[in-house]
Amino acid sequence: MSWLGTLDHKRIGMMYFFTTLFSLCVGGTFALLLRLELMFPGQQFFDANTYNRLFTLHGAVMVFWFIIPAIPGALGNFLLPIMIGAKDVAFPRLNLFSYYLLLLGMSINLYGLLAGQGADTGWTFYTPYSIRTGTAVVSMVMGVFVMGFSSILTGLNFITTVHTLRCPGMSFFRMPLFVWAIYSTAVLQVLATPVIGITMALLAIERYVGIGFFDPKLGGDPVLFQHFFWFYSHPAVYIMILPGMGIISEVIPAMSRKTIFGYRAIAFSSLGLALVSFLVWGHHMFVSGQSPLANFIFSLITMATAVPSAIKMFNWTATLYKGSINLATPMLYALGFLFTFGIGGITGIILGTLSADLHFHDTYFVVAHFHYVMMGGAAIAFFAGIFYWFPKMTGKMYHEGLGKLSFWFFIFGFNVTFMAQFVAGLNGMPRRYHDYDPMYATWNLISTVGSWFIATGILMIIVNVIYSIKFGAKAPSNPWGAKTLEWQTTSPPPLENFDKVPTVTAPPYEYGLRS
Amino acid sequence: MSDSHAHADHAHHFDSVEHEFEAGKLGMWLFLVTEIMLFGVFFAAYGLFMYLYPEMYKEAHHHLNKMMGAFNTVVLLISSLTMALSIAFIQRNQKGKSMAMLAATFVCACIFLVVKYFEYMEKIHHGLLPGKFFHGEGFTAPNAALFYSFYFVMTGTHGIHVLIGMGAIAWIMFRMNRGDFNERKYGAVEFVGLYWHIVDLIWIFLFPLIYLVG
Repeated sequence: MSWLGTLDHKRIGMMYFFTTLFSLCVGGTFALLLRLELMFPGQQFFDANTYNRLFTLHGAVMVFWFIIPAIPGALGNFLLPIMIGAKDVAFPRLNLFSYYLLLLGMSINLYGLLAGQGADTGWTFYTPYSIRTGTAVVSMVMGVFVMGFSSILTGLNFITTVHTLRCPGMSFFRMPLFVWAIYSTAVLQVLATPVIGITMALLAIERYVGIGFFDPKLGGDPVLFQHFFWFYSHPAVYIMILPGMGIISEVIPAMSRKTIFGYRAIAFSSLGLALVSFLVWGHHMFVSGQSPLANFIFSLITMATAVPSAIKMFNWTATLYKGSINLATPMLYALGFLFTFGIGGITGIILGTLSADLHFHDTYFVVAHFHYVMMGGAAIAFFAGIFYWFPKMTGKMYHEGLGKLSFWFFIFGFNVTFMAQFVAGLNGMPRRYHDYDPMYATWNLISTVGSWFIATGILMIIVNVIYSIKFGAKAPSNPWGAKTLEWQTTSPPPLENFDKVPTVTAPPYEYGLRS
Repeated sequence: MSDSHAHADHAHHFDSVEHEFEAGKLGMWLFLVTEIMLFGVFFAAYGLFMYLYPEMYKEAHHHLNKMMGAFNTVVLLISSLTMALSIAFIQRNQKGKSMAMLAATFVCACIFLVVKYFEYMEKIHHGLLPGKFFHGEGFTAPNAALFYSFYFVMTGTHGIHVLIGMGAIAWIMFRMNRGDFNERKYGAVEFVGLYWHIVDLIWIFLFPLIYLVG
C-alpha cells in the first residue's frame, strides 16, 4: 500500500515525524531571524512591522505546527498501539484524516503567509487589535481552527484505543507510563481544543461581520477573548509537556536498568496535571483587569500544579539512584530534561506569584520561562524520544557520536540563550519589540550567539536522522534491553505489529534492580 | 480494512463486531463531548452579556417568534423519538420500519430548517441582523446588535449541525438500503442517532435561553 493512503499507524506516525521535523526547521528559522535582529540595539535587518510578523509566525508555527502535533502525532501514533499490544489505533481512517487536517491547516497558514504576509498579532491573537489589523489574521486563525480538529481527532482516537484495544493481560496499571501520558494528553485534546477552535472561528466572523463579542466598541468584552483563548492554551501547554514527561518515564528506567520509582504516582500525576491544568488559565491575565479574588484563586491553583510535576521529578531522580546508568544519547537528553525542565518549572512558580508577576509580566523573564518549559521540556524530551525509538521506528541505529555531540551543542546553546533572557527580563526588558534600550545589549548579544549553538545542535539531529536512515547499521529488535512491548517485536515492527497477539503477565519495568 | 480480511464483518484490528461497536460508541461519545465544549463557549459568552445587559436582552428577545421556536422544539423532540425507534427496529432486524423512521427523522429536520428559514427572513426584513449590519428600529437599550449576533451565531451553528445530521441520516439510509446493517451490525445507525440526539439536546437549551430569556 502506498504511503499517502496508508492506514497503518506506524506509517502515519512516520509522516507526522517528518512533517513536524520540517515544522521545527521553519519555526527555528524564524527564531534565528528574530535573534539576529535583536543582536544589537537599533534596527539591523527588519523594521518593526516585519519583526512583528516574524515573532507571530515563530510562535504560531512552533506551537501549532510543531510541539502540539510532534510527540502525540509521531511517537504516540507509532508507539501507543504497540505498547499496549494492539494491531492499530481504534479508527485508522480517522487517524489518516487527522494527519491530512494538519497538512490542510498548515497550508492555510502558508497561504496567509505568502498571499497576505502573515499576521502581526502574536500567536495569542488578542482582541481588539486582531479585529482591526490589516494583516492576514483570518488565514492564521482558520489554520489553527483546522489543526484543532486534527488534534481533537487524534486525542479521540487514542482514548478509544487505550480503552478498547489493550492485549490480554494489559491492565491499566501494566501500561507503560508513556501510554498514561499520551492518554492524559488526549483527554486535554478532546476537552480543551473545541474551545479554541470556536474562538478562532468567532474571531474570523468578528472580522467579517463585526458580531461584537470581543469588541468593546460594540459592547463586547476583549477580556472574554483572553478567557477563551487561555481556557485552551493553558491546558495546551500540558498537551505539549505531558507526552514529553511520558518519554522521560520510558528512557530513564530503561537506561538505568531499574524498575521505575513510584509507577502509580507518576501515572496519577499525569492525570492530575491534566485535571489541574483546566483550572489555572487566569494566571495569564493577572494584569488584564481580573478581580483580585480571581487572581488570588488562580495563583493558588497555579502553585498546586507544582505538586504533580515535582512528584514526577523526584520519582525520576529516585529511579536513577544506584542504577546502572547507560549514558547513550537518549539518556543524555533525558538528564538534560531534568535540569532544564526543573528551571522552567521553578520559574513558573515565580511567575504564578501575584506580586512578582506584576513586575515580570510581558518581560523576557516570561519568554525565558516558557522556552525552558517548551524547548527545555517538550522539545528536549522529543529529541530523547527520537533517539530512543529511532532503532525501532526505522530499523537502523543512529550515529552515537554525532548524537552525543548534538546534545552538548544543544544544551550549551539552550542555557546560554535563555539564561541571558532571564537576566534581561529580570532587569525589565519588555518582550515583543524589535528594538530595546542599550542597557540590555550585552545579554541580547549573548542570547543571539547562544541561538547559533542551538541551531547547530538541531541541525546535527536532523543530519543524524537522514544519514542513519540511509547508512545506519541494522538495528537489533531490542538494543536497550528494554522491557516494554514495543521492544519485544522486530525493528521495524511487522504490519500488525506482532506475529502473534502478545499476552502480558508483568508490569512494564521489571529490570531486576528494584527501587 | 486490509484486503486479506475482507471476508470478516469487522475491521482487522478488532476481535468481533461487538468489539468494533464498543470502540465506535466510545469514540462517538467523545465526539459529543467536544460538541458540548463548543456550544459551552457560546453559552458562557451569552451568559456573560446577559449579566452585563439584562435590560437589553429582555427588550431584544421580544422580537423573536416564540411560536415558531416552540413549534421547532416539538418537531425536534419528535425527530428524536423517530431516530430512537429506527435504532430499536434495526436491532430487531426490521429494516423496512427502521428505514421509515429514518425518513421521518429526515422530514422533521427539513421542517425545522424551513421554519428556521422563515424566522431568519423575518429578522432580515426588520433589520435585526448581527453586529454591524444591525439596523433595527425602536430599541431603547444599547447594544441590541449583540443579542442578534448571539441569535444568529448560536442558531446558525446549530443549523449547520442539523444540516450535517441530515447528511449523516441520508448516508445511513443509503447504506441500510444496500443491506449493510442487521440485528448484529448496526453501529453506524446508533452513532448517527447519538449525534442526532445531541443536536436536539442543544436546541432544548438554546430555545429557552434565547427565546424565553425575559
